[in-house]
Amino acid sequence: MLHCNKMRIAIVDESPARAAVIREGLETSGLMEIIVLSKRIGLVSRIEEFAPDVILIDLGNPQRDELEELFTVSRALARPVAMFVDRTDDAAMEAAIDAGVSAYVVDGLKADRIRPIVDLAIKRFKAFARLKAELHEARSALAEREAVDAAKALLMKKRGIDEPAAYSALRKAAMDSGRKIADVADALLTAEKLMGGL
Amino acid sequence: MSLDVVRLGFLPLVDAALPILARELGYAEQEGIDLALIRDMSWATVQDRLLYGHSDAAHMVAPLAIATTLGLGRPAVSLSVPFVLGLNGNAITLRSELAEKVTDVGRPSNIRQVGARLKQLVTEAKSAAQKLRLGVVHRYSSHNYMLRYWLTGCGIDPNADVDIVTVAPPFTADALAAGEVDGICVGAPWNSVAVERGVGVVIATTSQIWLRGVEKALAVKTAWMESEAELAHRLIRALYQAGIAFVDSERVEQIGDILSRSEYLDGSSAAIKRVVQDRVLFAKGTEPVHIPDFMFQHREAANFPWVSQAAWLYAQMAAAGHVEANAADYTTAQRVFRPDIYRAALGSLGALLPGASAKLEGSIADPLAVGTTQGRLILGSDSFFDGQSFDPDAYRMLLSA
Repeated sequence: MLHCNKMRIAIVDESPARAAVIREGLETSGLMEIIVLSKRIGLVSRIEEFAPDVILIDLGNPQRDELEELFTVSRALARPVAMFVDRTDDAAMEAAIDAGVSAYVVDGLKADRIRPIVDLAIKRFKAFARLKAELHEARSALAEREAVDAAKALLMKKRGIDEPAAYSALRKAAMDSGRKIADVADALLTAEKLMGGL
Repeated sequence: MSLDVVRLGFLPLVDAALPILARELGYAEQEGIDLALIRDMSWATVQDRLLYGHSDAAHMVAPLAIATTLGLGRPAVSLSVPFVLGLNGNAITLRSELAEKVTDVGRPSNIRQVGARLKQLVTEAKSAAQKLRLGVVHRYSSHNYMLRYWLTGCGIDPNADVDIVTVAPPFTADALAAGEVDGICVGAPWNSVAVERGVGVVIATTSQIWLRGVEKALAVKTAWMESEAELAHRLIRALYQAGIAFVDSERVEQIGDILSRSEYLDGSSAAIKRVVQDRVLFAKGTEPVHIPDFMFQHREAANFPWVSQAAWLYAQMAAAGHVEANAADYTTAQRVFRPDIYRAALGSLGALLPGASAKLEGSIADPLAVGTTQGRLILGSDSFFDGQSFDPDAYRMLLSA
């Protein structure tokens, strides 16, 4: 079998952060050599030099078509490379697409050697997507709190009330209209801006 | 009434207009469809979503639908094209210093003459062991095959005299600027992007190579089309209505504004409107030139999937060495295009339905009335630049011989 000792894996990803998360996941198994390629320029020659057994590419990468052609004509690598498709398991392919990863492998590698790598990559892609969603949530929570604070300050100034009174006014308006407090606060701030401080 | 969801994958290109307009102008909804559009950045991903159940339909370079059916690069899955999303709209752009040697910069030139001068350049470059590198957007794209057809017709062997490589559309201008490639054959708005950046000059449009060249197709899995026949018909009707809107000159502003939005092309609406009006910017600092039929999205039954178009594409795939030509695969390739489904879907709309399913491609020099099931359909010239025509039956004889 080819490369009996260590599998060589290239991760092609425009997002260095995601690539790092995937790399870390794969490295724990200890049986691989990994290279991360985030830049378009020189990509082909770096793949050639490294001669990977497996290439992982995110589905959002615009270079998939370029790389597929290179793999087809086998210029980039000594051995032919094809997209890894487990013909016995469509669900696994769907899972990979769901997670946003595609895997290309050199001819001659057995599916049972590839599957654990692909499964791990899927898990890591998903973990990264989850992290990103959480970060997004945290950011919007922060923005919401800022809007509520600004709306409270506005009410306190305009109506000469204290903070608890301003907050309960916002909360009451939200409950009455079936909206979130942050949305009411946003509306109030927008109105203030439009009306030029009535 | 609840709507049926149809998920359709697309790349941010002007010729994704019909699906986008079908959604935005309400034609999909009129047909009871919630058309969910999925934007991607590579054909490989558009293809994978379609194959593995992430989408029901796709905006696709037509030859890729054939390649997928034949199992090139992926395990074979039968795809069908019941509707063509448009003809042409692509152009060839060379690095400025090379373009000056082959064309009158800033305006369209005689394409045979451009080809003859290009041959000179190609020969010089080859003998200096610096073969010209030309970028196309996908291995199995009409861009690749139209370029190859033209080069061959000019006495340039596309397999030996030049290197043809794939470059993703968003990188084409960068690749020209960096000298990674000497020329590109790409769709709108990417030639304009390269020209406006001053890194290239348009030397030819693909409409000059073949006046009615098949470009993007609506691709669906054949199994989906059969199990969801009625839904597929509704989708085709919505796209057809979008085609009528696309060629309505009153709507240019509206169409440009919709397509340029961030969730679609996320590009310059001025450049998009120019293309919709068949106006091509050949060089930086020049006036755009009107090229009749540059991008042909609807008139003359342009959306009809002629079996002979699929046949032509297969013949080009064989010439490029992408397939080993044989009669069985030729038949399979032709069956990807489904005029029968087009007719079944659009009969009720009163659309003009050609009576024939195939034609002698490139044989119409002057406008010609053709037989339809009702009404009168005039087809304009569909000439190839070399005056040749393509006979699907003669090609079959060649394969069987």
